[in-house]
Amino acid sequence: MKYIDEFRDGALARRLAAAIAREAQPTRHYSLMEFCGGHTHAISRYGITDLLPANVRMIHGPGCPVCVLPVGRIDSAIELASRPGLILATYADTMRVPASKGSSLLKAKAHGADIRMVYSSADAIRIARDNPQRDVVFFAIGFETTTPPTAVAILEAAALGLGNFSVFCNHVLTPAAIANILESPEVRDLGTVPLDGFIGPAHVSTVIGSQPYEYFAEEYGRPVVIAGFEPLDVMQAILMLVRQLNEGRAEVENEFTRAVTREGNGKAKALVAEAFELRRSFEWRGLGEVPYSALRIKEKYRRFDAEARYGLEYRSVADNKACECGAILRGVKKPTDCKVFGTVCTPENPIGSCMVSSEGACAAHYSYGRFKDVPVIAVAAP
Amino acid sequence: MTNVRSDYVRPVDFKHGHVDMTHGGGGRAMTQLIAELFLREFDNEWLRAQNDSACIAMPAGRMVIATDSHVVSPLFFPGGDIGSLSVHGTINDVAMSGAKPLYLAATFVLEEGFPLADLKRIVVSMAAASRAAGVPIVTGDTKVVEKGKGDGVFITTTGVGLVPDGVDIAGDKAQPGDAIIVSGSLGDHGVAIMSLRENLSFETTIESDTAALHNLVATMVAVVPCIHCLRDPTRGGLATTLNEIALQSGCGMVIRERDLPVKAQVSAACEFLGLDPLYVANEGKLVAMVPPAHAQRLLAAMRAHPLGRDAALIGEVREDPLHFVQLDTSFGGRRNVDWLTGEQLPRIC
Repeated sequence: MKYIDEFRDGALARRLAAAIAREAQPTRHYSLMEFCGGHTHAISRYGITDLLPANVRMIHGPGCPVCVLPVGRIDSAIELASRPGLILATYADTMRVPASKGSSLLKAKAHGADIRMVYSSADAIRIARDNPQRDVVFFAIGFETTTPPTAVAILEAAALGLGNFSVFCNHVLTPAAIANILESPEVRDLGTVPLDGFIGPAHVSTVIGSQPYEYFAEEYGRPVVIAGFEPLDVMQAILMLVRQLNEGRAEVENEFTRAVTREGNGKAKALVAEAFELRRSFEWRGLGEVPYSALRIKEKYRRFDAEARYGLEYRSVADNKACECGAILRGVKKPTDCKVFGTVCTPENPIGSCMVSSEGACAAHYSYGRFKDVPVIAVAAP
Repeated sequence: MTNVRSDYVRPVDFKHGHVDMTHGGGGRAMTQLIAELFLREFDNEWLRAQNDSACIAMPAGRMVIATDSHVVSPLFFPGGDIGSLSVHGTINDVAMSGAKPLYLAATFVLEEGFPLADLKRIVVSMAAASRAAGVPIVTGDTKVVEKGKGDGVFITTTGVGLVPDGVDIAGDKAQPGDAIIVSGSLGDHGVAIMSLRENLSFETTIESDTAALHNLVATMVAVVPCIHCLRDPTRGGLATTLNEIALQSGCGMVIRERDLPVKAQVSAACEFLGLDPLYVANEGKLVAMVPPAHAQRLLAAMRAHPLGRDAALIGEVREDPLHFVQLDTSFGGRRNVDWLTGEQLPRIC
């Protein structure tokens, strides 16, 4: 595939790996967090850790939209989907996320709820237009990447006067989550989680630009390198972070210049500003209540806000006690530190959200890397 | 004097007619549908006998039997339809034991209201596939369910075959050191089906690879009778099939990403749909495990056959008490190739 294979070139990867090994100082450790699930997936799928020296460690961050959705929000989605006659349109990733009492959207569907998996918010609009006699709710989740398409759907519904369409808005904000991690006691006071630098989001940054990360570099002294989702992007970003740390710099650098500018996508940002405003607080799985970390639909489009329309009341639900998703999402623990990882909790029967999406740290390690936990099997690749 | 013609029966209207409950009711309408469609198209001595079962002479040796239901949606897709698919699917299941498929049985579950024109198109395609493969459909059954209780047509086929002497192929026979060979490009069927799904529709020139593989298998076992395993990687793709065999044989496997045959259009479609071609269904491909000393000879024989032109040696079986299937990525790392989780695409075959 032209323009893709070039970013997966094994020979270039070996050259970058050699440069990282050469420049990483043997006396120090480099703990780097890739914020995005897209990077987590790429690292696991292409076996990138096999190409890194032992003292360069990747920590998986919370940037997986499905993983950070708290149980209460899934419960609300199930409550909506169970209303007679209502159609819930959702991205397929949310289907298997565990909700209260062993439920999930997948199980609700099996019990007769009309839940349709869609690839875009435009599909949800189409379903609403095709079923004028039925209420259609779009279960909107995701970071800044999926927010503009939801804004477009709301504006389009307003223009079309689609009275049967509304949005259950769960859009969250990347910078708020990064700030929360940097402010967490484990990172800030106790120092139990060494966090030397960040690989910044790829697709999120195409929308918000590189500018929002400058605060983290300045205020917290952590370098950020924004990187694309291809494996060579990740390798190059790791090398850039190692160089910054070696030189004592903490700057925002942009490896993903082919798609990201400092200002981001003005048109997309304007659409989001038109339809959404900040929520005072939002619960994240793993991070708890995070102030000003999510969006809600503006008063002017209230008729398209499913929370208002159906009088949804948010009820926070505690995660399963044995599940370490919270600590894993904050980088405090690794998937293998969790007692239920790979035993009770598997992709077929996920206990925690990190085991659901292929971007989740647990699912990525289970699917792609768990043979490395077994010394007999973990023979290095040639 | 009467002008009623006692022997006249108005023919089934295959142009504008629809399936109704009487077509499965056991009465005249059902008998007529069987005579004018199934008997006429599948025509052979066993069907002509019009018994509830087919009486066949038992050849000496080991018989294999396989059955497969087909619920694919849409019913017609680039490169085939549910009719040809239902013939190929069962022939392949029989052939994967190294057997020569001999006979098929077919059961149709029809939904009330299904256009008879579509049914005829499917049956004609099925008959053509059966004739081309040289495997007759010798018995069958038709049932009709009420509108809304089915989805057009479901077809179950059952096949029997005979294993040649000296051939002993099974999923538990892979040995450490065996070479792993696939017969051609991966993921064609799944991508062809996906391109037609209403919420995905995209334009592609990819056609389903649906094909009967028994002649390819016959060529293979003639050249290398000591093949250990054969399987067709249908639902769940090659990844799932390799995991099944690793578990059954109690071994592990390592395959090489750079040696996997995948068409450019298929990898592009998978890229934008977020899929991995290793997990996408095939309907005309097989994977073989063979002792390494015979690998090159087998590969050459496969490549000389039209259905194995793009055959490739993709990896090796190895010892592994945990039965992991691993992949050396083109990028230079190694990762697990796990079982498929959940359902990638419902009703692919």
